[in-house]
Amino acid sequence: MGYKAKFRVWRGEGGEGRLEDFTVEVNEGEVVLDIIHRLQATQAPDLAVRWNCKAGKCGSCSMEINGKPRLGCMTRMSTFAEDETITVTPMRTFPVIKDLVTDVSFNYQKAREIPSFTPPAGVQPGEYRMQQIDVERSQEFRKCIECFMCNNVCHVIRDHEENKPAFAGPRFLMRIAELDMHPYDVVDRKDSAQEDHGLGYCNITKCCTEVCPEHIKITDNALIPMKERVVDRKYDPLVWLGDKIFKRSRSTKG
Amino acid sequence: MEIERHEYDVVVIGAGGAGLRAAIEARQQGKRTAIVCKSLFGKAHTVMAEGGAAAAMGNVNSDDNWMVHFRDTMRGGKFLNNWRMAELHAKEAPDRVWELEAWGALFDRTKDGKISQRNFGGHQYPRLAHVGDRTGLEMIRTLQQRVVALQQEDEKLHGDPEAYIRVFQECTVTRLLKTGDGPGDPISGAFGYWRENGRFILFDAPAVVLATGGIGKSYVVTSNSWEYTGDGHALALLAGAKLINMEFIQFHPTGMVWPPSVRGILVTESVRGDGGVLRNSEGRRFMFDYIPDVFKDQYATTEEEGDRWYNDQANNRRPPELLPRDEVARAINSEVKAGRGSPQGGVYLDVSTRLPAAEITRRLPSMHHQFKELADVDITKEPMQVGPTCHYIMGGVEVDADSAAASVPGLFAAGEVSGGMHGSNRLGGNSLSDLLVFGRRAGAGASAYVDGLKARPVVSEESVATARAEAMAPLERDGENPYEVHHELQRTMNELVGIIRKAEEITQALEAVEKLKERAKGVGAIGGRIYNPGWHLALDLRNMLLVSECVARAALKREESRGGHTRDDFPGMSPEWRRKLLVCGASADGSSVTVEEKVQPGMRDDLIKLFDRAELKKYITDEELAAFDALVKE
Ligand SMILES: Cc1cc2nc3c(=O)[nH]c(=O)nc-3n(C[C@H](O)[C@H](O)[C@H](O)COP(=O)(O)OP(=O)(O)OC[C@H]3O[C@@H](n4cnc5c(N)ncnc54)[C@H](O)[C@@H]3O)c2cc1C
Ligand code: SF4
Ligand code: SF4
Ligand code: FES
Repeated sequence: MGYKAKFRVWRGEGGEGRLEDFTVEVNEGEVVLDIIHRLQATQAPDLAVRWNCKAGKCGSCSMEINGKPRLGCMTRMSTFAEDETITVTPMRTFPVIKDLVTDVSFNYQKAREIPSFTPPAGVQPGEYRMQQIDVERSQEFRKCIECFMCNNVCHVIRDHEENKPAFAGPRFLMRIAELDMHPYDVVDRKDSAQEDHGLGYCNITKCCTEVCPEHIKITDNALIPMKERVVDRKYDPLVWLGDKIFKRSRSTKG
Repeated sequence: MEIERHEYDVVVIGAGGAGLRAAIEARQQGKRTAIVCKSLFGKAHTVMAEGGAAAAMGNVNSDDNWMVHFRDTMRGGKFLNNWRMAELHAKEAPDRVWELEAWGALFDRTKDGKISQRNFGGHQYPRLAHVGDRTGLEMIRTLQQRVVALQQEDEKLHGDPEAYIRVFQECTVTRLLKTGDGPGDPISGAFGYWRENGRFILFDAPAVVLATGGIGKSYVVTSNSWEYTGDGHALALLAGAKLINMEFIQFHPTGMVWPPSVRGILVTESVRGDGGVLRNSEGRRFMFDYIPDVFKDQYATTEEEGDRWYNDQANNRRPPELLPRDEVARAINSEVKAGRGSPQGGVYLDVSTRLPAAEITRRLPSMHHQFKELADVDITKEPMQVGPTCHYIMGGVEVDADSAAASVPGLFAAGEVSGGMHGSNRLGGNSLSDLLVFGRRAGAGASAYVDGLKARPVVSEESVATARAEAMAPLERDGENPYEVHHELQRTMNELVGIIRKAEEITQALEAVEKLKERAKGVGAIGGRIYNPGWHLALDLRNMLLVSECVARAALKREESRGGHTRDDFPGMSPEWRRKLLVCGASADGSSVTVEEKVQPGMRDDLIKLFDRAELKKYITDEELAAFDALVKE
């Protein structure tokens, strides 16, 4: 049941590039990454793409397929019509190194800015006791495969280079929430989430949650609760609305 | 062009579990440490491990302890294991797992709040610390975050987060450097290129830890990623070190078989550990027909007993679906060959009739997701189709158990790239714990070695020039597409040196590899040096070919069947062969492989006494058995 598909793939390096057209064979059960690999093997051996696991576990193959951030290895060809032209471009928020490969060092920089897990002094390895129910919240966030698609899609930094220094992005704001909810972490992370890592910039549009391939409820389970902790009161939509407007005006100031 | 140069005390090649744990240790011992890896930080193969890390913590069954774990490991490896490594591993694994917890890991819990442990093939008690079916992710993230924590410490102390530990990501090492060409000449550094821009980089360092993982990309059907081109194995050989046990390759019994593009992707053993069963096209649980003699007493002989075992392990024996992997893989292979396979050429693995749907999605979330997304199969409603896939190499760099030192001074190896620990077959879950135990030991071994040096070994400039010319060559040639050579090699190894082997096929494979070596010399890479996968593959071919030759030569030489090496023409397990290790080295010019036999040292008295005579009798020679009898009498 093979057919020939039309692909447009972004090719280029050093800040320049263009979409290149390809016609390429597609077989039953294949995913977009398979097709990119077929292009490498048959038509464009130097076409650059990142990948490792081919099973949605490593978060390497993030790309934009028809404008939507997706994992190439988890996007089935059967989700497209056979006569559809499929456009594959690199993640937009990060500088392109070559073709589909982007410079994601922003994310590693941000990771290093979040203070690490800090257990109470005196608890020895082997002495930790935690209930399943108490670790589950942080465990959800630890499912993150660091595909960085949430950071890629978040409007605070997508097309807003100027916000990058002050904003850790959903991935790392979620990391703060994860540590904050860790039963043994002793650091108070609320002020720094707001002041150092830009939690206030997030206006809970949920775009990050929508693209997360691990289906982590980034906004509902990490960002909103973190915001609640920051304002130190229970979530109430009306209060939140006021809050949001307040924060917007503050964030434009900062 | 200028070559970028860096000076370190310890260079760790590989950022999987073994490499990161080694680097953390070296840094904690005050060494300036570099971590070099081909992918982005946090993406190494370890991230894909699913089931768990084996450690006899005794949280679920308090009868478990290091001695039981040691016995299971030796049995799984069919007594070919380096027993000292198996001993250290069993003793130290719990501390290594607890340490991860102190660095922020969140394992699944028991009711009393401890780390939960799950059943796995070949392990007598529930022993695998896990997080759902994404344990490798938890492990690599924790180690990655530990590296970051150390960098934050260094930033506070020295104003530079990279003062003592720095990650060189997307950077491939192509040669180890030494002070001279002799096998006894010490390591003085490593040479490689940045994938991102193709520039060359040189590490000037007295100690190198290899933690590069496996070789699966020499096979078509594999659970391994593009990184697994056997680089560390080849780098060690070319530097004059030895590889052992290269004939032993683990074919995991359950890889996906359909659709073709995902063929080989792993289906975790946890599916069986949590109750999943294997059936053939006739609906029969065929594993009951394949319990080998050596395991007769430890496995259930009826479905009823096997099923009872999940709830009452004290009074029942485990189902044969949980036999060691080599047994299950061969059984599936036989069923398919006998025409009792599934439509897509595998067998059925069913958990849908064994557990409630909600329980399946809770315990096996990523399997549920994987099948749904990639194969349109809902594992809570229907069986999966599975078949064997090339998964893990037991063979690797021959090292000293305690320090992880290879025979070349200054060279260390840990994790999948090292050999000995798992003997002829690795038990599931024993790799993740191996990475931690021997990663730490390699970091400590390298640090101690550096402390003992009087002067830094000097990089020979001649070897740098050679390494550079070698790396440039494919770009300067207008030759064959490297992908073609790679595919041919994969097909050759899969068909001729796969699960079931015989002399004439292996000989054919060796002839094919010889021809491919010639072709590899002529491959060319079009395009420039910036992130050019064709060029990268052209360079990887050298490693895959060398390693494939080791596998084939050793497989031809070992005339018996044991663990991950099955010879159709020598189906029995031979006690004589158990005492022999096959040691691979590279010829003087590095272009071909030599294999020599070496005697495996006998087990220490207190360790051999942990086994029953009746069990030992199945594995060891009469002479060894007599020595054992004398020992027990004393
Ligand atoms: C799908 C899957 C599931 C598994 N599940 C389990 C499990 O549940 N339990 C278990 O115990 N084991 C499991 N294993 C096995 C286990 O995951 C691996 O054996 C283990 O992770 C290997 O770790 P490592 O540290 O040796 O190497 P890896 O994690 O593979 O890391 C190798 C590193 O070396 C780097 N590298 C390689 N070559 C070079 C070079 N030339 N230059 C620079 N860097 C280089 C790579 O970039 C990478 O960073 C599984 C394996 C697979 C494939
Ligand atoms: S919810 Fe917040 S973090 Fe997520 S995309 Fe919207 S603004 Fe960005
Ligand atoms: S939170 Fe989800 S989208 Fe964001 S990096 Fe992690 S896995 Fe990717
Ligand atoms: S290749 Fe690992 S997520 Fe796609």
